[in-house]
Amino acid sequence: MDQPLDLRFTDAEEAFRAEARRWLASHAPPPRALPSLDTAEGFEAHRSWEREMAADRWSVVSWPEEYGGRGVGLLEWLVFEEEYWRAEAPLRVSQNGIFLLAPTLFEFGTAEQRARFLPPMATGDEIWCQGWSEPDAGSDLAGIRSRARRSDAEGGWVLTGQKTWASRGAFAEWCFGLFRTDPDAERHRGLTYFLVDLASPGVTVRPIPQLDGETGFAELFFEEVVVPDAQVLGEVDRGWNVAMATAGSERGLSLRSPARYTEAAGRLVDLYQHGLARDPERTRRSADAVAQAWMDAEAYRLHTLWTATRVLEGGSVGAEASANKIHWSETDLAIHRAALAVLGPEAEVHGGGVDAPWLDGFLFALAGPIYAGTNEVQRNVVAERLLGLPRG
Amino acid sequence: MHFAFTDQQLGFRDAVRQLLAKECTTADLRTAYEDPSARPARWHSLAGLGVVGLTAPEAAGGLGLGLVDLVLLLEEAGRVALPEPLTDTTALAVPLLVELGAGTTPAAGRVGAWIEAVARGGLAAAVGTDRAPGDAVAGADGADLVVLASVAADGTPEVHVLDAGAVAVEPVPSLDPTRRLGRPVWSPTSDTLLGSGPEAATALSRTADRAAVAVGAELLGLAEALLGRAAAYAKERQQFGRPIGSFQAVKHLLAGAQVRLEFARPCVYGAAWALDVGTPDSSRAASVAKAYASEAGLEAARVALQVHGAIGYTWECDVHLFLKRTWALAEAWGSAADHRARLLDSLLAGPRRPQGSATA
Repeated sequence: MDQPLDLRFTDAEEAFRAEARRWLASHAPPPRALPSLDTAEGFEAHRSWEREMAADRWSVVSWPEEYGGRGVGLLEWLVFEEEYWRAEAPLRVSQNGIFLLAPTLFEFGTAEQRARFLPPMATGDEIWCQGWSEPDAGSDLAGIRSRARRSDAEGGWVLTGQKTWASRGAFAEWCFGLFRTDPDAERHRGLTYFLVDLASPGVTVRPIPQLDGETGFAELFFEEVVVPDAQVLGEVDRGWNVAMATAGSERGLSLRSPARYTEAAGRLVDLYQHGLARDPERTRRSADAVAQAWMDAEAYRLHTLWTATRVLEGGSVGAEASANKIHWSETDLAIHRAALAVLGPEAEVHGGGVDAPWLDGFLFALAGPIYAGTNEVQRNVVAERLLGLPRG
Repeated sequence: MHFAFTDQQLGFRDAVRQLLAKECTTADLRTAYEDPSARPARWHSLAGLGVVGLTAPEAAGGLGLGLVDLVLLLEEAGRVALPEPLTDTTALAVPLLVELGAGTTPAAGRVGAWIEAVARGGLAAAVGTDRAPGDAVAGADGADLVVLASVAADGTPEVHVLDAGAVAVEPVPSLDPTRRLGRPVWSPTSDTLLGSGPEAATALSRTADRAAVAVGAELLGLAEALLGRAAAYAKERQQFGRPIGSFQAVKHLLAGAQVRLEFARPCVYGAAWALDVGTPDSSRAASVAKAYASEAGLEAARVALQVHGAIGYTWECDVHLFLKRTWALAEAWGSAADHRARLLDSLLAGPRRPQGSATA
């Protein structure tokens, strides 16, 4: 390709932006108007918002039209995300499905699976959670013990075991996850990727209150849960590769678009300016942290455009997704940590109807270096696969 | 939106990498340490490829290209810690001379000849327009041309150009002797004056932005060289019966520095484009680039030394050749902290959301 380097969006991309901005301006609820999506009431309010977006084809813009999308490209998706975060529209309750499972379905799913699962995912009628971690298998995902055995009598698979830390698990309808189908195989083999209806007999969901007191995630117990063959994603015993594609989406381009951080960084500068008016001497001590956080977000934006161009030219994102995950999770923390420093003694005020978006954002950001594979594990991946260091 | 270099730009980069791999080895750097005044053949090889005159107009024998074309080559210069002043000559002096060369001062009348000498003969310049009178200027010792700034008695900013023959330069020692620091002994005269007033102020501010990006590009190359050497050493050096690179403590040091480098890269490339196009937030982009590249360089330097252990602390090991340049460049044309402060001032005065990607 000999197209010159140019960071401007095209007129068509800007026209798409304008259309998205207009729609969001007339439809999106005011910032933080919905109750937290980690409550039963908030979950349903966020589902209604997903339905409203889907009705005008804004919930999954980059999907093909037949599944509820607009069939636009990666750059338009980034533009949409910029507008979405600029509008401070609600968090996406369907994010595990639309950002993580959907790319995996496009890569590994059958036509029947796509037709069955994508449309209700786009409308928010079926909301998904992940079934990766187990009590004894977190960072060491290949150590999972939950099992699935084939049963001709049941005409499918019978799942037994326990999954945990399933975000949105308390209220979700469906779960995607890994189960061991060949206990004699090497750890990374003999795993299969299943799509499980959480209303199936034998499934028990136990919500887990998080450190903020809300039930953002859940434990899932599977006792002889029957899952038909049609709900195996990819090949039997080859689920590790399928799961790595999902994890790549979680760490890489798909889950965390830069607009989330550039918008928060812009609001951080607003907050700093208010602080300067109130208490200039104390506020100025945060100057360097505020500037660094803003730059971290800007670096993430530029890096994403760089990666997106490579993907559009046919390149792929491999171990770079691990570097990406380290950066966005640390950026989120840097932004919120700086905000709390600017707020100073006001930072701890929380609850009782007080809107404390920076503190809530900080609590959420703290999870970033842990979920999607801890940053320590990601550093191992960067060292081994990008720098070629030997496995330990 | 297309954030990638062209095949032609990448091909040029590869050609320069090949040339410098042969003509700027660490043995060559050690030779330069011993006698910094020798001007080696590689500067003429680079001029022959068109690298030195890359930003000079085609009419003057240059390639008429911009920073986007240059950053990849500056990265290569950093990768080998090239002693010659490619940033000063090609990224800073030529564009500044072109910008102010249309004026009517005596120096402006000589601009055409100077630029032609850069493009055709590899004239080497030093640019110290950010330095106060009496400060040491990198590359001034041995430069053919020194570009400096001063402020007239009435406060008017001025840009002056001094021919090597017309200025005495006192050498100033540097930890990295190839920096060739020198203190020009001079007084502004009407003969040295290139430009003054608002035009000069604008040109000086653009020079500082270009310097931030160009030095940032050099720092990317230096960081990559340092991390590459450290990773290679970590694979080979055995302790406790295994390569030290198999220990997580070592892996995490290198991985952290690698991540910082990977995110500094698009900041530098994006800022080069912003300056070429003249986007409204190009100064801001330059500050992000330099702050990120300085931090990436310093972290790579710190980690590379630590991973090498005691051998890295010796004169014999090549690592110090790259450390010293990194330390110098991390502070040159504004440190990371300077650029963060400049960025925050700009954010407080203007829009806080990204501007660079919007249609111009």
